[in-house]
Amino acid sequence: MRIPFSYVWRSLWARRLTTALTLGGLSLVVFVFAGVLMLAKGLEATLVDTGSPDNAIVLRRAAGSELVSQVDRGTASILETQPEVAVAKDGRPLLSREMVVVINLYKKTTNGMSNVTVRGVSPQAFELRPGFRIVEGKPFQFGTHEIVVGRNIATRFKGVALGTEVPFAGDRWTVVGVADAGGTGFDSEIWADADQVMQSFGRPVYSSATFRLKAASQFDAIKARLQADPRSQSLELKREQDFYREQSQAMAKFIKILGLVVTTIFSVGAVIGAMITMYAAVASRTVEVGTLRALGFQRRSVLAAFLVESVLLAIAGGAAGVGLASLLSFARVSTLNFGSFSEIGFGFALTPSVIASALIFAVAMGIVGGFLPAVRAARLNIVNALRAA
Amino acid sequence: MKLLKIVFKNLFRHRLRTILTMLGIATAVMAFGLIRTIVGAWNAGVEASAANRMITRQSVSFIFPLPLPYRQQIARIPGVDAISWANWFGGVYGDPNDFKNFWPRFAVDPETFYDLYPEYQVPADQLAQFRKERNACILGRKLAEQHGFKIGDVITMEGDIFPGRWEWVVRGIYTGRDQTVDETQMHFQWNYLYEQVQAREPGRPVDAGWYILRVQNADAMPGVAKAVDDQFVNSRAPTKTETEKAFQQGFVAMSSAIITSLQVISVVIVGIILLVLANTIVMAVRERRREYAVLKTLGFSARHLIVLIFGESLVIAACGGLIGLALTFPMVAGFGAALPTFFPIINVAPVTIVLAFGAALLAGVVAAFLPTTRVVRMSIVSGLRTVG
Repeated sequence: MRIPFSYVWRSLWARRLTTALTLGGLSLVVFVFAGVLMLAKGLEATLVDTGSPDNAIVLRRAAGSELVSQVDRGTASILETQPEVAVAKDGRPLLSREMVVVINLYKKTTNGMSNVTVRGVSPQAFELRPGFRIVEGKPFQFGTHEIVVGRNIATRFKGVALGTEVPFAGDRWTVVGVADAGGTGFDSEIWADADQVMQSFGRPVYSSATFRLKAASQFDAIKARLQADPRSQSLELKREQDFYREQSQAMAKFIKILGLVVTTIFSVGAVIGAMITMYAAVASRTVEVGTLRALGFQRRSVLAAFLVESVLLAIAGGAAGVGLASLLSFARVSTLNFGSFSEIGFGFALTPSVIASALIFAVAMGIVGGFLPAVRAARLNIVNALRAA
Repeated sequence: MKLLKIVFKNLFRHRLRTILTMLGIATAVMAFGLIRTIVGAWNAGVEASAANRMITRQSVSFIFPLPLPYRQQIARIPGVDAISWANWFGGVYGDPNDFKNFWPRFAVDPETFYDLYPEYQVPADQLAQFRKERNACILGRKLAEQHGFKIGDVITMEGDIFPGRWEWVVRGIYTGRDQTVDETQMHFQWNYLYEQVQAREPGRPVDAGWYILRVQNADAMPGVAKAVDDQFVNSRAPTKTETEKAFQQGFVAMSSAIITSLQVISVVIVGIILLVLANTIVMAVRERRREYAVLKTLGFSARHLIVLIFGESLVIAACGGLIGLALTFPMVAGFGAALPTFFPIINVAPVTIVLAFGAALLAGVVAAFLPTTRVVRMSIVSGLRTVG
């Protein structure tokens, strides 16, 4: 015979303060757990979304980032003649030759200096990355010293307002537009004409080239051909998404290890908290348990009732923790990305999988914390329990 | 004295609960200590920077090099005592996805570098050998231990900034002057870099990554910075000169978001300690309402009850705090070992110990506050009437 659910529910309600304190502890733990997951997801989403599935990027072999990569003009031309490269509206190959450098700008809030990526692009870049839209001002004119700044740059850094001049590489560059790249890594970049950037920085070679494949499935074919071609052997072709995923690896791994350590320690704390509460619940209800058993409820019903009570507590705590964590999705953070050696802005991403993991985590804490006290309740001797008062 | 005895008797009434509470506090204190230590490790570079050194780098970003002739021009500036330079090499060693295989590799000037960095201590004979051999390198003690590198070993890696295959022979191991010194770096001759790039990629210039300046006294630093930067302001490669400390802070500032979130977490931990402890005290006090009423009847004053409850709370908090601190040290060591290259220097600072223990005691006081006020205000009759 099962013990009615209302008994479990009312037991929690009868000890409101203790219930609330335990719930608070559990929810804080779940909050931190969910927060760390959201941070890792947010970073990953930002960087992975930066690449499109049917784009491919060419870098020099062994170059982990665009900063240290070199692609010369001749090789870029070879790429443009490949049959797998899609065709732009103007009939030319849909390929952008790019030059990536890092400059320093001052942050608005802390006044500290930070690294910002400047990406010199070809005219095809806008068609290649349709997510990069100008939301204020106008696109820069090719052949001039005009630049467009990403949304994150515009909001976080000083001296990049529309119409101002930004000095770098011995020239002055006018900000003519602000772009929204839909939360991707391009939101944290400055774009300009590749040839102008190369001239100013005195660099004769590009950093990378990105092109659209006619079909995503043709990737292997073009990769094999480029590898066989002696003129392009020093290059490495990657899917754009894979490239950006690799970029986030170091940081994501760090966040994950740190998160794992912190939440493991925390969950031990929370389990202990739940145990204290449940042991107390059992101790103060010894007579009740004796009565239940005398009425004919079996040991396993008593075990189940206390376990359900603990799990209920955990679910409520978990829900509160996730609720708290959902507030984080309004916050945006930025950090140095080791891959590109520049600052990248990203948010906390509350995905269904994060919510599910957080709730499962909470329930697990409830079961672990409630099990031993529930066993103690179930093993109480009827006569002794009734006499305990 | 009698009261203290009662406090201890009370602690042993629910032995399991007391022990669990202490363990709960211990885990939280340990987490607090670990996180504070990680934040400290992040700032380790700033703490370790010398007061008499400055860094001159390209003003746009330090990924751009500076021309070699700048060396003589900077050395002539009054106040500059000595000058050296270095380049970031990068490179890929073994499996790039294994964190262990990433460590800082610098091309340094063999003649001057170790004079400017006295904290890297190299035995004299090893240093002499390093200066003689073009492809020699010197490794930090920790780095050598992690990979089992010994003197005479050959290290090969794939270059990224400077492409091709590179080979060095280990000719020295440096040790840090104290535990704030990074012992995971690799230094090799700048000349080797220069000559190899000349041979491999004719026409590619190899300049200095940055210059390291030693200044006679700290007061001269702003003047030196201005003098250096003014000299090159209209050149193709304008410079930015700052103290080593400011230079290091620049790196830390870029990842400030991570540090901020860690600090938020450490505050949350204090909250958790408080909740765990408050729960236990509230429960204990509720169970003993009748006893407190009896004590009041017998003539014990509010002061006595306060001592009883606060005493119990503080004893639990202090014991938990001590266990937590004892656990912090192995935990930090384990964490440092899991991410060796992220945190070359990771030590538990004395201030962390004080803060962690202080947080536990603070929680002890706050947790006892509410139950105490309730008991003190409780009328004897209602207390006696309590059904436990």
